[in-house]
Amino acid sequence: MQKYILSVIVRNNSGVLARVSSLFGRRGYNIDSLTVSTTTDPAISRMSIIVTGDEPILEQVLKQVSKLEEVLWVEHLKETDSYCRELVFVKLAAEDTAARDAVRQVSDVYGAHIVESTEGAIIVELTEVPSRIDAFLSVIGNFKVLEMCRSGVTAILK
Amino acid sequence: MKKNGSEILVDVLVEQGVDTIFGYPGGSVLNIYDALYKNSDRIRHILTAHEQGASHAADGYARATGKTGVCLATSGPGATNLVTGIATAYMDSIPMVAITGNVGTSLIGRDSFQEVYIAGITMPITKHNFVVRHVEELADVIRDAFRIANSDRPGPVLVDIPKDVTAAMYEYVPRGRVEGEEKYDVAEEQLQAVAEMIAKAERPVIYYGGGVQTSDAGEALLALMKKADIPATHTMMAIGCVRGEEQLNLGLIGMHGKVSASWAIDRSDLLISVGARFSDRVATNTSRFAPQAKIIHVDIDAAEINKNIGVDYAVVSDARTFFEKLLPYIKPSKHDAWRAQIAEWQSKLDYTPKNDPEGHLQPHTIIELVAEMAGDDAVFATDVGQHQLWAAQYCHRNGIHQFITSGGLGTMGFGYGAAMGAQVAQPEKTIIHITGDGSFHMNLNELVTSVSYDLPVITVLMNNSVLGMVRQWQTMFYEKRYSATDPHRKTDYVKLAEAFGARGFRCTTLDELRAAMQDALKRTGPVVIDCVIGCDERVLPMIPAGGTVDDIVSG
Repeated sequence: MQKYILSVIVRNNSGVLARVSSLFGRRGYNIDSLTVSTTTDPAISRMSIIVTGDEPILEQVLKQVSKLEEVLWVEHLKETDSYCRELVFVKLAAEDTAARDAVRQVSDVYGAHIVESTEGAIIVELTEVPSRIDAFLSVIGNFKVLEMCRSGVTAILK
Repeated sequence: MKKNGSEILVDVLVEQGVDTIFGYPGGSVLNIYDALYKNSDRIRHILTAHEQGASHAADGYARATGKTGVCLATSGPGATNLVTGIATAYMDSIPMVAITGNVGTSLIGRDSFQEVYIAGITMPITKHNFVVRHVEELADVIRDAFRIANSDRPGPVLVDIPKDVTAAMYEYVPRGRVEGEEKYDVAEEQLQAVAEMIAKAERPVIYYGGGVQTSDAGEALLALMKKADIPATHTMMAIGCVRGEEQLNLGLIGMHGKVSASWAIDRSDLLISVGARFSDRVATNTSRFAPQAKIIHVDIDAAEINKNIGVDYAVVSDARTFFEKLLPYIKPSKHDAWRAQIAEWQSKLDYTPKNDPEGHLQPHTIIELVAEMAGDDAVFATDVGQHQLWAAQYCHRNGIHQFITSGGLGTMGFGYGAAMGAQVAQPEKTIIHITGDGSFHMNLNELVTSVSYDLPVITVLMNNSVLGMVRQWQTMFYEKRYSATDPHRKTDYVKLAEAFGARGFRCTTLDELRAAMQDALKRTGPVVIDCVIGCDERVLPMIPAGGTVDDIVSG
């Protein structure tokens, strides 16, 4: 199983999000994340979707999505030939200085920022490609994670 | 000229060539029905007994003519009653426009009386749907609906119109009829590649489906079959596309298809699939379907390629364009050894039912007698179950649009509405509705519609007094534990027909059936012919689900 990033250009009609997500639900495709955002044209929106599957599933997803009447364009973006970013916040328990330092060290390695540090907890923010975020989360998982929140991907072709 | 939304709707329907719609009135569509009343000289409205009947009738109308069928229902339950009919049309790629009223825009989202979010409900069973929130959009949305229903792979489109939009005034500007987009062309290199694969093949088989029916490609297909000497087998959706007497026509494929056709596919070295989708009722075991063959898949819908089965070569095109473009690239050829092998399978392996010497009714004798008496032009519309397969196996249709059946969704209760739609579309034709007692009980209320509109639909009821197809599976795979398949109904179908104002006959022998058919074929009104058969009759041959040619049951 692999993760694929799709960029879907859609007409900005009410119900278009339901239409796309209903298609994924009906056909049993797994969505890891889905973001919808405006474009320079108010009549057009961009969806960035991460799908888990294999090559045949990707082929089906691309074809089925492009059949939707309100979908104008769909594209599979690779991390290598596009800019993909995702934002994650992680709230960690940090009771003592040792724990704080350890979190700080890991964060530095990944270029994550500590956006808040209170007595009991630290909130770390990282904006990166999804694969780096996965890596960061697996390391940070060694600490006591209280809460985690990912934004979903946004991507643009180089 | 300024008109209200309802009048605009009617004008656009007429503009799009609609002459008949099937529907049922209600609160949210009162304005639309008022416009229909005033325009009854331009559009014929058929009032059904139930909205589901209207949706199946619109479907049957479309299947019998190739035109887009139109149905109309009110908001809430009216709209939800269309759902099964819309899904049926969707699964079989039938062009349909379903129009629903909804509560006024100010009441939407407040759980108002008879409010339902039908656009959300029908999202996965329509090609597209619309909610018309402003009268300004209405005319173009309706045009779009017809364009989408007819373009590419056809299918149903739903348009939901809130009540205030049907009353709002707007300037209506007439436009011409929207034609479906025909943009298919096959590249020369693809044609050459296909022709080369065909030239190399020693044991080629064509497997074709509903796409050949939709694009009326029977003649073009036959020309290819003859020139390249390729035998062809077909799905239930393509019955009648090629004449049964053509030697290269191997007949029906699939779970209850010809044994010889299944072997031909199993042993083929090249399988050319056109307008078919390797459904689980044909490719019963996808990993062992045509195991020795290179597979070419031709379909109008690119998403069908590699969906159910991985293929070696794909062409995205409608069936007729493909056949016509391919023909000049094909060298005349002969596959005598292959044909001889298939002929041997046909004589040795194909299932032949035995006739009862006393002339008691049997499934095949019923269908064959009815088909013979109804004539070569008669249209068969079926419900779903054993009778459907018996009809598919024995009705011998030799033209497109003559076998109307719910192939993909398998909708019991489809048949009567579909038969009505076909009869309304073609008043001069004989329409035979083949049903079982299970299916007929689902929507027999529509008999009243045939009575009201004097539609001489002939219902041939294959009455085994059980839910035969499920029972057959219980016999074969559940050690005869007949769970909920023996309903002990005591329906008197003759009285039932008479109570509705139709005529009924009960038959137990072929002679009685012949007499009933003679009477029915005078076509003075709807007729129900109750044909009593045994409850242990099975549809044979059968490849069990997940099985292959090695698992065929023939007796």
